[in-house]
Amino acid sequence: MSAAKPHGASPPRGDAGRTEGSPRIEGSPRIEGSPILVVEDLRKQFAAHRARALVRAVDGISFSLHRGEILGLVGESGCGKTTAGKLIMRLIEPSSGSIKVEGFEATSLGRDEDIAYRRRVQMIFQDPYASMNPHFKIKDVLEEPLIIHGIGASRAERMEMVAQVMEKVKMSPVADFMDRYPHMLSGGQRQRIATARTLILSPSVIVADEPVSMIDLSTRAEILHLMKTIQKDMELSIVYITHDLSTARFFTDRIAVMYLGRIVELGTQDEVIDNPVHPYTRALIGAVCEPEAGRVGLARDLEVKGEIPSASDIPKGCRFHTRCLFATEECASLPEPELADIGGGHWHACRRWREIPMKQ
Amino acid sequence: MRDTMSCALAEPVLSVRGLKLHYFTSKGAVLALDGISFDLYPGETLGLVGESGCGKTTTGLALLNMPSAPGRIVEGSIVIDGTQVVGLGDSALRREVRWSKISMVFQGAMNCLTPVYTVRELMVETYREHQPSGKPGGRAGPLDHAGLEALMSTYLRLVGLPPAVLDRYPHELSGGMKQRVVIAMALFLEPKVVIMDEPTTALDVIVQAQILNLIKGLRRDLGLSYLFITHDLATEAEIADRIMVMYAGKLAELGTSEQIFGPSRGPAHPYTQRLLASTPRLRRRVSELAFIPGAPPDLIDPPKGCRFGPRCSFARPTCVANEPPVAELAPGHLVACWKAMGDPDYERG
Repeated sequence: MSAAKPHGASPPRGDAGRTEGSPRIEGSPRIEGSPILVVEDLRKQFAAHRARALVRAVDGISFSLHRGEILGLVGESGCGKTTAGKLIMRLIEPSSGSIKVEGFEATSLGRDEDIAYRRRVQMIFQDPYASMNPHFKIKDVLEEPLIIHGIGASRAERMEMVAQVMEKVKMSPVADFMDRYPHMLSGGQRQRIATARTLILSPSVIVADEPVSMIDLSTRAEILHLMKTIQKDMELSIVYITHDLSTARFFTDRIAVMYLGRIVELGTQDEVIDNPVHPYTRALIGAVCEPEAGRVGLARDLEVKGEIPSASDIPKGCRFHTRCLFATEECASLPEPELADIGGGHWHACRRWREIPMKQ
Repeated sequence: MRDTMSCALAEPVLSVRGLKLHYFTSKGAVLALDGISFDLYPGETLGLVGESGCGKTTTGLALLNMPSAPGRIVEGSIVIDGTQVVGLGDSALRREVRWSKISMVFQGAMNCLTPVYTVRELMVETYREHQPSGKPGGRAGPLDHAGLEALMSTYLRLVGLPPAVLDRYPHELSGGMKQRVVIAMALFLEPKVVIMDEPTTALDVIVQAQILNLIKGLRRDLGLSYLFITHDLATEAEIADRIMVMYAGKLAELGTSEQIFGPSRGPAHPYTQRLLASTPRLRRRVSELAFIPGAPPDLIDPPKGCRFGPRCSFARPTCVANEPPVAELAPGHLVACWKAMGDPDYERG
């Protein structure tokens, strides 16, 4: 296990009522203030076709998510953010490491517990066009999770729940939308249904993988706004996976910046975006355009060089040193820096951060 | 920042007037472009923004006189570098207009490169399709093998790739490299005007910035003019000299970057205002994002009066009754909105 544990206070173990060998998700003791999701040194390697080395998609990440918090996992393609989301969802098995939801280990569940886990941890997928069965009416899309998890005694009771959740995501008049098919809805409406489908199970944790990246810009804000309102009302805990720092700034409480399978910086969104420490975070922020005239015509100096290396050939030492403008020989030769706290829950993994000139 | 006055004095390299392009579907004609007029000046980047389905890409394809089926240009004129494009035959378009006068970086083109062709084969095919005819008054005749090799290498270097990339297949290249290849393919027949359709949308943030920097540099070095299509106002703020906002097949607003994004006045059209307010910002924390309720109208049967009327919080009876004309609010600042124009009927309520 890594020396750094960026969880704030060490979480009390929530395994008081745990039966030996059969971790249960339901009925777990709820400890106020303790994280709802704790990920520790999580790793996932894939055996790539024809490649000699393993692809280290997620290469030892640790973080925690508190009740009612939105944590952004931010990074470029191939940084492992989606793999991390799938691991948390248990859509794929981790190579090593631990995922605890409400104190219970999720990496060694049997089939029944697995189903119970899925009720507690729900996902909103990126593509609202592909994530719904086109033969299902909206009411069927929303009823299906209830049937799978044996919720509701009768169809009438389930339909009542479906109607309630549709109100919650502002798909009203409900009766109008219930009998429609997904293709009759816009992308924004579909993503509301996708949100409703997760909410109907009252999950503890929602993993939202780029939930608005395929939605038109005028609707994007509306969906984010709705999700945030519901999140506050219901005290939902969300892992928001995105490549888009601007929406992360609006939507999240904390941001974890990932690079090549590792978290390189983690902190409150204000800290990470206003006072970035890691050169990679700074490069990412520097690359984002703003809708303001003042910046036009400035040739932007990107604080990064080259292209992202392959996850099957991760550089030795600091994995960012090959692209870093501030790297020294030490960055390549010394062991990889662990996440270190600089106060206020702001963590970063850069050995030279004090020596890097701040850019205005 | 470009001087708008010098823009106004120079001859436009591209001039579009009253352009109408309709898609003739079984349900009726979709009025995708319903009377669009604009000019593009030498060395200028004109940004084209709007929601999905507002006619951005249709405008780009119309400029090549290459509407996707079942579309047809039904009215209007497009003059590119002295050539009237509307009404030209397919062969003439291919030899004399497309790629030699105006080219396009298609949306998502980097993911549509034929996987069994090397970059060389892709570029040679493009050259053969559009190579100069060598007619009197036309451009110089076709290049020989060595000349073409040299041309391809030159343009790959211009987009920041080693000529060795010629022997590579698309799958051997990263997303950023593929987009550079696509840009080289749009430029190496030396057009004056390049349509960039969402050239950075599918790319990662850092690669996006690298490609934007490249596109800016090429414009300066090669003296190009761009029509830069994107849904992202932040990208337009970074690259465009002037911005054209489209809504439901019509021009809503057109102005300089200062006029649209400037701190002083900001945009005049309520649609542009809402679009701008719904764009998330990184460097400023906002507690609420604006959004535009409803969805764009059905263009088979667009609403009477102002097309944005049904979604506009400022709409009054006159907006429903009468379609607003395009009016000049300030020099170079065009807007189609009764409210922005201070129309007396609107003011009366």
